[in-house]
Amino acid sequence: MTGHPHVGVTDAFLGMPKFQTVAKVELANSVQRRNLAHATGVIRGKRAAVVDELENWEELRLAAEAIKDVALRRLDEHLEEFEANAIAAGAVVHWARDAEEANRIVVDLVRAEGASEVVKVKSMATQEIELNEALAAAGIDAWETDLAELIVQLGDDWPSHILVPAIHRNRAEVREIFLREMGKVGRPAPQDLTDEPRRLAEAARLHLRDKFLRAKVAVSGANFAIADTGSLVVVESEGNGRMCLTLPETLISVVGIEKVLPSWRDLEVFLQVLPRSSTGERENPYTSMWTGPGAGDGPRNVHIVLLDNGRTRVLADPKGRDALRCIRCSACLNVCPVYERTGGHSYGSVYPGPIGAVLTPQLRGTSSDIDKSLPYASSLCGACFDVCPVRIDIPSMLVHLRTRVVDESRGGMPSGEQLVMKAGGWMFADHRRLEAAGKAAAGAGKVLRSKRMGGKQVLRSLPWPASGWSGARDAPVPPTESFRAWWQRTGGGHEEDGHE
Amino acid sequence: MSEARAVIMGRIREALDDRPPVPEVTWRYGLPVGTGDLDAVERFIERVADYQARVDRVGTDGVGEAIAAALHAAGADRVVADAAVRATWPDSARWVADDNLTTYDLDSIDAVVTTATVAIANTGTIILDHGDGQGRRALSLVPDVHVCVVGAGQIVDDVPKAVARLIDSGLHTRPLTWISGPSATSDIELDRVEGVHGPRTLHVVVVG
Repeated sequence: MTGHPHVGVTDAFLGMPKFQTVAKVELANSVQRRNLAHATGVIRGKRAAVVDELENWEELRLAAEAIKDVALRRLDEHLEEFEANAIAAGAVVHWARDAEEANRIVVDLVRAEGASEVVKVKSMATQEIELNEALAAAGIDAWETDLAELIVQLGDDWPSHILVPAIHRNRAEVREIFLREMGKVGRPAPQDLTDEPRRLAEAARLHLRDKFLRAKVAVSGANFAIADTGSLVVVESEGNGRMCLTLPETLISVVGIEKVLPSWRDLEVFLQVLPRSSTGERENPYTSMWTGPGAGDGPRNVHIVLLDNGRTRVLADPKGRDALRCIRCSACLNVCPVYERTGGHSYGSVYPGPIGAVLTPQLRGTSSDIDKSLPYASSLCGACFDVCPVRIDIPSMLVHLRTRVVDESRGGMPSGEQLVMKAGGWMFADHRRLEAAGKAAAGAGKVLRSKRMGGKQVLRSLPWPASGWSGARDAPVPPTESFRAWWQRTGGGHEEDGHE
Repeated sequence: MSEARAVIMGRIREALDDRPPVPEVTWRYGLPVGTGDLDAVERFIERVADYQARVDRVGTDGVGEAIAAALHAAGADRVVADAAVRATWPDSARWVADDNLTTYDLDSIDAVVTTATVAIANTGTIILDHGDGQGRRALSLVPDVHVCVVGAGQIVDDVPKAVARLIDSGLHTRPLTWISGPSATSDIELDRVEGVHGPRTLHVVVVG
């Protein structure tokens, strides 16, 4: 069951190599890079088209941001209100401090129903707590029913994108996985299966249909939990969500405590910004809403597990807590030049991309190599902030987390970078030292620009200790005259003369 | 009161002990948006068609015929519907009543006919509250063809009006299903395929 590393937010997480190490390997995967470039390009275009339709898009973003901030900054009150209303509607509410506690609650509920299997709707929260592994350990089969999650599960793989988790697989690979694996866990794929997406989707429909019809227990997450009604909302495309939320007798929803919205009317904002940001659609095919068990309609036993698992730690950081506004749309992944090239697996977490780079180290802490490196998995270009429907300032948060990582690693042997920064600090502290350094650089510039050196404009490698920096970058050739020297010579540019 | 709950509440209060200011939400709820150069019904029809759903518009007296034609076009023979639909359009199909049908029974039925409660023009969405005319949720989910009858008066311009209408009528806490086109996936190379687990054919009949 575990051909892949633990990438959740659990105690089992032992840490992957740092982002830059995995990214180097992933970058060499040209098939993945081509898939990702195509896929993110398509989805960027779709999103832009449907966002442009709305004249009030920026107002909607501001509203979404403000509503989430209201929810989070009075989180205790909103959770109490949600709980009271959900209970009044007939739901059972459970609380889980961490992944282990949440998994134990779910396993016990499934056992109490006498079930040996559950059907699952795609849910980031249950991936985060590695619920499937916990269910397997308890002898319970968990069937992922979202097409991409099915591909990931059958391929013993882990998701590389929040919205399209199997984005790293192409159609030929999917066909192979279906032909090889479906028969081991249920109805086999048709022998004449082709790699047409239509045929592959049909194979998934047939494979999962019987599992839906016989299921006694379903497990879901939720996109929103509404405080003033106690309702849950699930947004999806395929109808597998509706199957899970409707057909079984028992429904268990694992919901992060940050999912709460103050009021049902707030949905008018979020049901506009989420589908447009996520799949680039005006509205996703299916949105299901339920408030406790419905009379004679759907599951009779409705359980809600409210999950902390590090969220209160994020909430405690005034500069980091805005990350809890995230509605998991994945727009930031689709515009990120780093994600597009390295793919989701480099991030070593169920939360990849820019939002993963700020969320994962806050949820898991910054003690492992991968979590320390994630705040650096960005060029700080800012595209993620521009598209974020809840206006999370990811670039500023990355800088904040870099500071935290550096602060935490003070003491012990200084690194090369720390030495360079120290030397820089010493030089900038006194203008005479700076002028001397400028002259030295200008002298080097003259030499480097001379015909003998080929008159080049960039330096491909610098001597140690800067060699680490120039290993992946070109440095401009230093100018032949420093700005300070030029200023003195020309009286601040007033006596501009023929340059040498 | 569980221990976990007390601990989490304590953590939240401690996390917020800097008392971050609670912003004012300046958004004005429930405002009309408009439907541009088309009226609401025309916009709705355009947007439903854009999802690759079938859609047609008939007068009040043409509904029974339109339902029969939609079912015929989809090759549906055995058709389930709740009592209200069967009573209103008795001759439109070979009806199967929902007498405690199991999920397996439903899986052997070709199509379902429902009404809706609200529809949204700009997003091409129909909303079911699973009250009279719509049946329980499983009915409009398991059969592969869904024919949905929407009254022109049920169509609002955009999401804010739909949300306001559901709240005002007290329907918002019923089980709700928002449907925008047939079931779809883009999970394989982002190549859109209509039809996975939900009804692969959605046929909307607009009345009036």
